[in-house]
Amino acid sequence: MTRGLRPIFLAAVPAGFLGIFFLYPVISIVGRGLSGEGFSRLTELASSATFRGVVWFTFWQATVSTCLTVFLAFPGSYLLARYQFRGKALLRALTTVPFVLPTVVVGSAFSALFGRLSFDSGALGLHHTVWAIIGAHVFFNIAVILRTVGAFWEGLDPLFEEQAYVLGTGKWRTFRMVTLPRLGPAIAASASIVFLFCTTSFGVILILGGSRRATLETEIWRHAVWRGDMRSATAMALVQLMAVVAMVVVSNWLQRKRGIVQRRSSRSQPRPSRSLLLGNLTLLTVVLALPILVLFERSIAVKGGYSFRNYLALIHKVDFLPVSVLATLKNSLIFAVIATILAVVVGGLAAFSIVNWRGWWAHMLDLGMMLPLGVSAVTLGFGMLVALDQPPLDLRTSRWLVPVAHSLIGVPFVIRILLPALRSIDNRLREAAAVLGASPFRVVREIDLQIVRKAAVVSAAFAFAVSLGEFGATSFLPRHPDRITAPVALFRLLGTPGDLLRGQAMALAVVLMLLTGTCVLLIELFGRSRLGNVRGDL
Amino acid sequence: MPAEGDSMYFGLTTLIAFSLGLLSACGGTPTTGGVSGVPSTIVAAITSDAGSIDGQVVTLITHDSFRVSEFTFETFTADTGVEVELLATGDTGQMLASAIMTAGNPVGDVMYGIDNTFLQRALDAELFEVYESPALGLVPPDLILDPQHRVTPIDFGDVCANYWIDRFDDELPPPTDLLDLIDPIYEGLLVVQNPETSSPGLAFLLATIAEFGDGWEEYWHSLRQNKVAVTAGWADAYYGEFVAGGGERPIVVSYASSPPAEVIYADPPVETAPTAVMVDTCFRQIEFAGILAGTDQRLAAEALIDFLLSDTFQQDIPLNMFVFPASNAAELPPVFLDHVTLPDQPHILTPAEIETNRNAWTDRWTEIVLR
Repeated sequence: MTRGLRPIFLAAVPAGFLGIFFLYPVISIVGRGLSGEGFSRLTELASSATFRGVVWFTFWQATVSTCLTVFLAFPGSYLLARYQFRGKALLRALTTVPFVLPTVVVGSAFSALFGRLSFDSGALGLHHTVWAIIGAHVFFNIAVILRTVGAFWEGLDPLFEEQAYVLGTGKWRTFRMVTLPRLGPAIAASASIVFLFCTTSFGVILILGGSRRATLETEIWRHAVWRGDMRSATAMALVQLMAVVAMVVVSNWLQRKRGIVQRRSSRSQPRPSRSLLLGNLTLLTVVLALPILVLFERSIAVKGGYSFRNYLALIHKVDFLPVSVLATLKNSLIFAVIATILAVVVGGLAAFSIVNWRGWWAHMLDLGMMLPLGVSAVTLGFGMLVALDQPPLDLRTSRWLVPVAHSLIGVPFVIRILLPALRSIDNRLREAAAVLGASPFRVVREIDLQIVRKAAVVSAAFAFAVSLGEFGATSFLPRHPDRITAPVALFRLLGTPGDLLRGQAMALAVVLMLLTGTCVLLIELFGRSRLGNVRGDL
Repeated sequence: MPAEGDSMYFGLTTLIAFSLGLLSACGGTPTTGGVSGVPSTIVAAITSDAGSIDGQVVTLITHDSFRVSEFTFETFTADTGVEVELLATGDTGQMLASAIMTAGNPVGDVMYGIDNTFLQRALDAELFEVYESPALGLVPPDLILDPQHRVTPIDFGDVCANYWIDRFDDELPPPTDLLDLIDPIYEGLLVVQNPETSSPGLAFLLATIAEFGDGWEEYWHSLRQNKVAVTAGWADAYYGEFVAGGGERPIVVSYASSPPAEVIYADPPVETAPTAVMVDTCFRQIEFAGILAGTDQRLAAEALIDFLLSDTFQQDIPLNMFVFPASNAAELPPVFLDHVTLPDQPHILTPAEIETNRNAWTDRWTEIVLR
């Protein structure tokens, strides 16, 4: 244990943050919806076959999407974890790019792709089916598994596998008996994030599902916004909340069950074989690059050929927007930087408290910090509007509310990515340092921070990308027109007919992707060099 | 959000507004600056209040597709001393739901953009304070849907089926009315939006209900047989399934002023729009502004409502939001007039009829078309 540092004080920061910006709003809105006859709506819903179908479909599609994502991300995680090759950092950064793509853009890219591959009708028809939904979920989420599992795997000493080979164990058996169990916590952690993302996925269900499919998330929105039926919406939000709590409890328990002690390997990584690299690149191309390339093609396609004039138009003030495109990108960046800092600080303190403070409260904190990811944007957005409306918390029109909402969604990433790394630290290292006279702070700095640095960098990258792309909860918060973000600007361009606006929207989508990729790359380069090289120190 | 494209309102004028606009375009006295065009008594009313409201900041809540030219509100500030702060809160449905959530302790002072399909819900929730603007005299009476003046009409437009002109010829003439759309020769050509998730989708459903009465269910059975496609929102219909975005279907539910937008935002520039409107399929949407109950800046809010009906603001509306100004006095830009179509008799239902029946209608629609 890190004596002297009292986790309870550290825990107060994330607990307070969660309490004020998440629990208080959510409890306010749920309490409001369930007052009076609200509870009877809950029992009515339980007996409705349609509603049970919605609940079933919500968790069925989330489960299938998560399993498929984990399966498809595995080879890539292995490549990133065990091999060194040119362009590795670039590849890592590229995988986070889909996060910032608005669903309507991805939806049209997928539709175009299905069209070109003749998948839009017939036996292979994907258009407006559940498989289109699942395909898009894999596209959006593959990076979460790839990066989280990849970073954790990288820290595992391959010595165990080598010993198994020496003892004559086959490759597959070694993977199953030695590698997979050790990866368990990282897989469970990242899969739980993907699962929650798919549970609350919104645009993908509506746009790619073609209106015939409904999930809890889309039903909550439809009832609250279109039908003006807050009672049903709240009852559904409560069902969603309970299901998410149950799911998080199980997944957190799975992650704690096996603490894996990592032994850092200091050996340099080999180059991958040509077939491994090619196989992986082909897979990632199909899943990630094809939709992105379609999008790029659309951004340069103009009548009668190809041109970059849509991009040039972005530099000047686009007539249609209240501010220039550069200003919207700047707004997005500022929000993302604030949200990332908040998420890393809050999530980092929470993860540290959870590891070092093994009481009942730590479990509650661990559970609570995950919930923003699994709760409907409607619940959070309206909750903030209803709850944060009196001084000293009259924040409804505050410019801080948007990054705070973004960071709530970034925090679960930070915690889930940091926890497996923190838990993997061999306590003997800490004890040895303490025995050698290191102060508690120095122990944390030299041991904990150094070992989790990769995980911290990955989690910051995700918090950043999530903030850049988020517009669920924040679309419910009042915004000043001159503070519009790039995704919102993109929506507005796509809201009016005209080739000019559509072309500029596509170009903006590509710029947004490039910006995300570049920032993620910078975060990683900065993080890795700035936080120093740990291997020689220990 | 999936309905991002929906809150773009396009439309057509009433005959009166149209002829007045034409009149002024053909040499009527051009109006310049300030709140000109509004009778001088109104200007006097505004300026006499100015003493008490000078220096106040009034907050205008809008939907996401609210757009205004750069210096429009500066005119208002110069005339009244009141500054305007804009806040956007999602599409119309989100904006209304947020306002109902915060009723009594509103985020702003005035809300703009509530339309006739949502109006009754807003009135039932007692969101607005009564205010009868002196400028209402310039608004055609058929736009004033609330006789108690809790809301003031600011603009209007129509949702209509649009078609891609090049895809039709002598062999396959363009469809003209709702019944054509169930004709087997137009099988598989139409894409509509889900009325449970999209504002134009709902408007189109309401058009068929206004046209066929109880027969609307049978009509939609036939549309389904004729292989109508359904999308969640406007953007995925127009840019996904419709020809404009590379899709295959040449008929889409959009707005009567989509053709002018196709010309104004064409790349490269074009002389005529590639799309045209089916004038007999239109449903009228009217957008209103109202003073939110609970405001502590009632006088400044009144002045803002008056300003929204002034020529300065009204003439700024067409090319920003692609709808028609409510005021008869407002001049319309030629590029808008040249390419917009005028439905003689758009379909309309009262806000009370819509609110009473919409959930039952859309439930039934879902059973007929999607299940």
